[in-house]
Amino acid sequence: MIAHAIFFYVFSLIAIVSAIMVTVSKNTVHSVFFLILDFISISCLFIMIGAEFLGMIMLIVYVGAVAVLFLFVVMMLNVAQQKNQWLLSESSSGHIPVGLIISSLIFFELIIVIGGWKYKPDLFNSNNLNKFNEMSNTHSLGQILYTDYVHIFQISGMILLIAMIGAIVLTFRQREGVKKQSYIKQISRERSEGVDVLEVPSNKGVKIDD
Amino acid sequence: MEYLNTIFQEVYKIFFLLVPVLVSVAMIVWLDRRVWAFVQKRQGPNVVGPFGLLQSLADALKYIFKEIIIPASSNKVIFILAPIITMTLALIAWAVIPFGEDQVLADINVGILYIFAVSSLGVYGIIMGGWASNSKYPFLGAIRSAAQMVSYEVSIGIIIINVLLCVGSLNLSDIVMAQRDMWFVIPLFPMFVIFFISALAETNRPPFDLPEAEAELVAGYQTEYSGMMYAMFWLGEYANILLMCALGSILFLGGWLSPIDLYPFNIIPALFWLIFKILFLFILFALVKAIVPRYRYDQLMRLGWKIFLPLSLIYVVLTASYLFYFNLLPTN
Repeated sequence: MIAHAIFFYVFSLIAIVSAIMVTVSKNTVHSVFFLILDFISISCLFIMIGAEFLGMIMLIVYVGAVAVLFLFVVMMLNVAQQKNQWLLSESSSGHIPVGLIISSLIFFELIIVIGGWKYKPDLFNSNNLNKFNEMSNTHSLGQILYTDYVHIFQISGMILLIAMIGAIVLTFRQREGVKKQSYIKQISRERSEGVDVLEVPSNKGVKIDD
Repeated sequence: MEYLNTIFQEVYKIFFLLVPVLVSVAMIVWLDRRVWAFVQKRQGPNVVGPFGLLQSLADALKYIFKEIIIPASSNKVIFILAPIITMTLALIAWAVIPFGEDQVLADINVGILYIFAVSSLGVYGIIMGGWASNSKYPFLGAIRSAAQMVSYEVSIGIIIINVLLCVGSLNLSDIVMAQRDMWFVIPLFPMFVIFFISALAETNRPPFDLPEAEAELVAGYQTEYSGMMYAMFWLGEYANILLMCALGSILFLGGWLSPIDLYPFNIIPALFWLIFKILFLFILFALVKAIVPRYRYDQLMRLGWKIFLPLSLIYVVLTASYLFYFNLLPTN
């Protein structure tokens, strides 16, 4: 039990410190790396409470894919410079109230959820979860997702698909004058199309560019 | 006292897993160079030790005694962290590989997801090294590598789903035991081929070694690295290749099971069967390196997204409907 407590405190400490470092660190790439560290330690916490499927999926999806794209964007654009300019400029003070309102909203939502769960446990009816106690975490998650909540699951999948297609449609633009290689054309080229054998009359030559 | 005992036991187990893995990585580099040389009618490394077996050891010694040069304008912390992360990630994935019945360091329920997660983290070592070098070629190599690894991970994930549909468990030992009657390479042969090719791309092996294409990018993300740090990248890369071979043999070639459960075969220990299968896959890896020319980058992306992804998705539908129609879905 002691080892469990030690690991819990180590991971939560890393999570909190790296979450603070995400906002504090001056170099934007560093803050993305701290964000990744945060994700990893939180997935370790998930694994420690027995939600191993959730923890692993968190690693695969957030750390393995989403954060790589973050890192891409941050490395390609010169975000650090823009951030410094933005922080120094006068217009930044206008954004602070909006940010404060949004963050306090999220904070109160968290308080309501956690407080409700702490002081009124029957608010969230989880009776149907008890029958899965003898199964592994992954099995019970699958059982619940594909039986009780299959419609919600499908709808959320559809929403993600639509969001993906929407993002592609919004950013897609057909550019003129882009040279592309067509594989079909390259493969299906015959000798008769590419090579012309000409009889060259002596002292006259032939005109090849027509 | 009891805690100390368990800690010592675990350290002992980890030590006896890691040392053979590291030694076999060194041997596998030698094997790779030998196979490559034989295809090209050369001798390959054959001077140091019997058959040149100690060549990798000599190389490693040379790397250790070389100076580590850190570029002045690099981001030093991340520059040093990158090879460490690459090698650590390549080694920790071995914790869940079963070498025989009950011969596994950590028999966790989500073993296959763990390996998948660790191999998807592997891209960070490369991208950190490329960015922290603060130089053009490493950065281009890192970006190429990140895009390549993220794309091929998608198709590997869907191929794993195919296998999981037939097994009904994410535990690697269960996956092996589900192949007692028939190895999955028989019903899922197209998936095995796609898995093999995706594993080549995932580990930056030729013909997909565009992140380090020497004609264009010097050495890609490793350009600025020297000495021991370069050796760590190199060890991590080969440990990853071995891991992919082990994963392929567990998912498709029946892991530590013998091909036929008859007398001369089933007295050979389980460990040796796994090693045979890993070596078989690795020799295929080495042959591909010697035989196939390098892909162009747009062809690589097209192969991943437009051919492998739809094919493996179609095969998921086929497998699921076959299992459902004939009532073969695993239940527990």
